[in-house]
Amino acid sequence: MNPEKVVFGFFIVLALTLNFGFFVGELDNPNHHHAWELFAVVVVNMIATVLKFGDRSQIGAVLLSTSLVAMLQLIAATLVWTFAVYATDAGMTESIMASVVSLSGGAMIANVVSVVLLVVETVMLRR
Amino acid sequence: MDTIFFLILRRMRAPLLTLIVVYAVAMAGMALIPGQDAEGHPAQVSLFHAFYFVSYMSTTIGFGELPNAFTDAQRLWVSGSVFFTVAVWIYAIGNLIALLQDVTLQRAIAERRFRGRVRGLSRPFYLICGYGQTGSALVRGLTDRHLQAVVIDIDPDRINLLQLDNQREFVPALCADARSPATLESAGMSHPMCRGVVALTNVNEANLKIAIASKLLRPEVKVICRADSHEVEANMASFGTDHIYDPFDAFALYIATAIQAPCQTLLVDWLSGFGGEALSEPRYPPAKGRWVICGYGRFGKAMYQHLKDQGFELSVIEASPHRTGIPPEGVVHGRGTEAVTLEQAEIRRSVGLVAGTDHDADNLSIIMTALELNPDLFVIARENHIQNQHLFDRVGAHAIMNPSTIIANRIRIRLVTPLLAEFTTLARFQDEGWASQLVSRIVALVDERMPYVWEVTLDREEAFALHDPEMGRLPVTLGTLLRDPMDRDLRLRAIPLLLIRDDERILLPDLDDRVEFGDRLLFCGWEEAHRRMDWILQNIHALRYVATGEARRDGPVWRRIAAWQRPR
Repeated sequence: MNPEKVVFGFFIVLALTLNFGFFVGELDNPNHHHAWELFAVVVVNMIATVLKFGDRSQIGAVLLSTSLVAMLQLIAATLVWTFAVYATDAGMTESIMASVVSLSGGAMIANVVSVVLLVVETVMLRR
Repeated sequence: MDTIFFLILRRMRAPLLTLIVVYAVAMAGMALIPGQDAEGHPAQVSLFHAFYFVSYMSTTIGFGELPNAFTDAQRLWVSGSVFFTVAVWIYAIGNLIALLQDVTLQRAIAERRFRGRVRGLSRPFYLICGYGQTGSALVRGLTDRHLQAVVIDIDPDRINLLQLDNQREFVPALCADARSPATLESAGMSHPMCRGVVALTNVNEANLKIAIASKLLRPEVKVICRADSHEVEANMASFGTDHIYDPFDAFALYIATAIQAPCQTLLVDWLSGFGGEALSEPRYPPAKGRWVICGYGRFGKAMYQHLKDQGFELSVIEASPHRTGIPPEGVVHGRGTEAVTLEQAEIRRSVGLVAGTDHDADNLSIIMTALELNPDLFVIARENHIQNQHLFDRVGAHAIMNPSTIIANRIRIRLVTPLLAEFTTLARFQDEGWASQLVSRIVALVDERMPYVWEVTLDREEAFALHDPEMGRLPVTLGTLLRDPMDRDLRLRAIPLLLIRDDERILLPDLDDRVEFGDRLLFCGWEEAHRRMDWILQNIHALRYVATGEARRDGPVWRRIAAWQRPR
């Protein structure tokens, strides 16, 4: 067993599960989506991205790119949230909540691809 | 070589991960600990404010408490996190900057940039391996004629020197070992615009490897090498190296020719010099008598061979004859720096002296002592290092042999004006009268300055005007091309030296000769004449004017004005 692979797999799967946890619930209901969950998703995704640095293989490059996509979506979501709460008079409205959640939904797709690739790589190693 | 980038990314992982984790923990703590606002109501620090606070806490310690004054619990947390975040920040940033300054990474970046630049070259270029005395002189010669060069050298100091040298063209340079084929490849040996590889390192074996690599990987590219020994020369020639230059042999041959045909030598000297420099004086080495050769190394042997062929009496002085070999006449043992040895070699009865040891101080000392004993000597000095130029200029030698300059000059001519090399070979078969006549024509043409030499190929690229179908009917002779496009009654200050048509070579072609498409011409004269001739060759109107004398008004506006003027 390679401990590096354990940590690697752990963070990639954790990024997906946390992302899913934030995403589920009514799309535009602020009560179903908590700021702390988003915070955790962003942090874990960042760690997953950094872990993917420096892999020369083709699959490593694709993994890194999916992570970068997820980061882009999540940072956009946090920026939208922060702007809505601190820089507008209306505060958090249902439509803004909807766009934050849908952005995180996009990130989730990227994370799903990431996990699928991880599984594919593992399966290919077994053969 | 791309590995290095992945390696750097890999090594960035640890600092980045610690940075992310410590920031996340500090932010979470700030947001979790209950706070108060100014009136004492409970007020939570939001994640956004926590991020804001933590990011300036770790980079600057002088800060206030935002958005409200902190409670003691928050202050306790902050005082702990200050130490962690600041330490981690310094560690991570320091580490990242150190990584960016990594020598291997810097080299990889330099190599990548170099490869990109070489790939982007769109004009023909020459790859020059070795930027020593010879290499730098050659690069200067090439860039002065607006030819591209790419340089590889193993010594980083020389590459830095190249960047300081003020070149007329941009010269991409890389510090790498030219012996490895991968380096040659990245320096553009397989580039379609690569015209030739020039191997000028001071190691024979390296030159040999470069020649082999280029002949194997790119057989059609011209390979020019420097070789310091006959073995290496023969080895290089065996697999088809195009031109091999041995400085000692080249110079010895030059002196031998100068003894036989001083005028011809002067002519070649002038044509192969840098245009615009002061004209050199002719040299008249003694045609018979006794020569003393000091030093029987590579240069001494070459001089011995060529002087022997001319039938001179020779005596040789050598300090360690058991290493260099002994000529049939025997050898005077010694360095030649003392009067005794020179006397023994009968310097007082001699007409010439070759100071040919590989030690500049010895050579200078030999010359000074010998000239004291016999002031009428014709002295040939071997100058090993170009720094000693001033000393050799002062010591009173008649001919100075500097291996690097000789090679650089020969190769420059071969690359810049190949027709001049051809001309030189043809001129060897002419007699002295022919040469002295041409020399006096050149003197009359250029007053006291070296003539500028250029060649023209009459093709689409270099003679666009001649390509025009209308011009095909005009009687264009060599004389036409030599008319001044400003005033056709004046003649450009240039002499046509050579005309090559198909396989025919015509020395000093006649001005009434018709020129044809595809001809190659060699001229010498003023640099300005070259520019005006280019004008004739490129501009249809200029060509029509010099050929027929009519200057039409050709623009649409001018044509209309001409039509309007005519009825009056």
